[in-house]
Amino acid sequence: MAEIRVENLRKEFSGFTAVQNSTFTVDDGEFFVMLGPSGCGKTTTLRMIAGLELPTSGRILLGSEDVTMKRARERDIAFVFQLFALYPHMNVRKNIGFPLLAQGMPRAEIRKQVEEVARLLRIDHILDRPVSGLAGGDRQRVALGRAIVRRPLCFLMDEPLGTLDAEFRDLMVHELRELHNRIGATTVYVTHDQLEAMSMADKIAVMNHGIIEQFGSPREIYDRPRSMYVADFMGSPPMNFLPFHGGLARGASTVSVNGAEIAVPQIREDIAPSALALGARPEHIRLDDASGLRGEVLGAEYLGTTQIVVVRTGDGLIRARVPASDHVRTGETVGLTFSGAYLSLFDTASGRAIETALYEGAPHG
Amino acid sequence: MSLTTAHSVVVPSTTSKRIAAVLIIAYALISIVPLLWIFATSFKTPPDSIAYPPKILFQPSTEGYCNLFTTRTRQTAEYIASLPPATSFCDEVTRKRNMVIAGPSNFLPRFVNSLIIAFGSTFCAVFLGTLAAYGFSRFKVPLADDLLFFILSTRMMPPIAVAIPIYLMYRELGLSDSALGMILLYTAVNVSLAVWLLKGFIDEIPREYEEAAMIDGYTRLQAFWKVVLPQATTGIAATAIFCLIFAWNEYAFAALLTSGTAQTAPPFIPTIIGEGGQDWPAVAAGTTVFLVPILVFTILLRKQLLRGITFGAVRK
Repeated sequence: MAEIRVENLRKEFSGFTAVQNSTFTVDDGEFFVMLGPSGCGKTTTLRMIAGLELPTSGRILLGSEDVTMKRARERDIAFVFQLFALYPHMNVRKNIGFPLLAQGMPRAEIRKQVEEVARLLRIDHILDRPVSGLAGGDRQRVALGRAIVRRPLCFLMDEPLGTLDAEFRDLMVHELRELHNRIGATTVYVTHDQLEAMSMADKIAVMNHGIIEQFGSPREIYDRPRSMYVADFMGSPPMNFLPFHGGLARGASTVSVNGAEIAVPQIREDIAPSALALGARPEHIRLDDASGLRGEVLGAEYLGTTQIVVVRTGDGLIRARVPASDHVRTGETVGLTFSGAYLSLFDTASGRAIETALYEGAPHG
Repeated sequence: MSLTTAHSVVVPSTTSKRIAAVLIIAYALISIVPLLWIFATSFKTPPDSIAYPPKILFQPSTEGYCNLFTTRTRQTAEYIASLPPATSFCDEVTRKRNMVIAGPSNFLPRFVNSLIIAFGSTFCAVFLGTLAAYGFSRFKVPLADDLLFFILSTRMMPPIAVAIPIYLMYRELGLSDSALGMILLYTAVNVSLAVWLLKGFIDEIPREYEEAAMIDGYTRLQAFWKVVLPQATTGIAATAIFCLIFAWNEYAFAALLTSGTAQTAPPFIPTIIGEGGQDWPAVAAGTTVFLVPILVFTILLRKQLLRGITFGAVRK
């Protein structure tokens, strides 16, 4: 087990930069998730940690060892591929034992270790089956088994649940996290699915266009997004943005959004008049007939305990998550009010979050 | 329209299946008749083989095979009568024609030459082709497209077009009439086909398998050997058949470059005609024996051959 340190990592392919100056540290035993849309550089970063790609510049440290330029087989890591990459010409037992065979371990010992791992993953009954006939969940477990059996310094996983159907996914998310809790190995996990990230991660890095937009715990990332991109990417439905033009003064606790005074966490910096946006999560918006911010209900998506109400206001479409018991009819006019303590402010041009009391006490990404 | 009467757009209807079956059977019959005729002729006596109208039903005889594997000399009736009784069937039929067996013919060594040259060149072409295809498939090779086009361009003319330069070159290099020369020549012709076919197959094998193996602690060569090759066997087998068929059947270069020690069966078989009249059963017997190895090889690997022909069209 070891911590992973990535310093100023950069990867250029002919003509474009896949990863730009990434720096982060994954603590020993942490479950770290790199989250972002496809093409954001998360898989490239993972492959560089694995040694499948060499970085253009920067350093990668595994434990205290600099492995930046080492070959994959010289790094003590295990990798779980998106499509599992189980060797189709070998059975389950041989697949799991394959890394041990490379170390020249005696056959009897390989057998023992493979069976131990199979028991841990509850796949001991399929050890002698060919891998081609296995169900998705079992393939996943075999791939994990092949990773675990070597007791590597860390695990790297590239969207390992991407191909499973929804039902299995939930099950495997749970199993993966449980497995992590049991063996406590440092894990780097790549996904584009925010729910997977939120439910498994100790730390998340949200990536976009080769840049780490924010690094922090799931709670920090969801509650205190550092950029409009992160705010928009996390949450379903995503954060609402109310664009407005104006300046902000340090110490103020309200902003004027197109004529309406809205309470926000106390502002900690002075901003010259410019294009800004107020960010509000759907769950921080309530229906309130007394409010001055009014709009027409376009529809409601019923989710059982809550419903997502879509309202057309002068500031654009706003989605609010309100109790399912609220009666809302399409076409009627409703008033909206915000829970001021949870709102964020952004500079629209740069997408950067403006310093407010919301971010205090939170470590910077 | 009700769903029960609608026919599927992907499953062929019974009528079209029947038409296909009739066409295939007709084609198969047309293709196989000459082969069957050769096979039948190989078991005829020389008079039966040139009888008119042709004999469909006849008394089978192995005289053709006797003549194929032996050389005979004509003798006087008195000399033949003075010999001890014939010990084998071949002795007997030869004496009936006023001849005695003088020794083995050259057919067997020529056939062995064919085996060595065809299998040797197939092995070389597939071996080199696999390595080259893997390289082109997995690494950034400078000018890869141009190189691949160059490799393909060697097939754009019939190989025999360069017969004269090769003939002169081989004479200078002392490769004329040598098994090594023929193996090199057939390898050179086949390797372009092998590279292109195998590149298609190796492209289809996801890189993740090798990457997984390299992370599991193997070198790239070990990963290639233990993970890529086992999955490429289908493609390798299909490629091997194509190479073997070419090398086995090749006539023009063999006739030009080999005459003695390294002569292969194709240029040898026609020469049988000249020995003791037009011995069609012996020629037919030679052809039949010549067909056997490729037949066995193709039947053994027919599944791979089918995938080789349809490769790229069907994904596992």
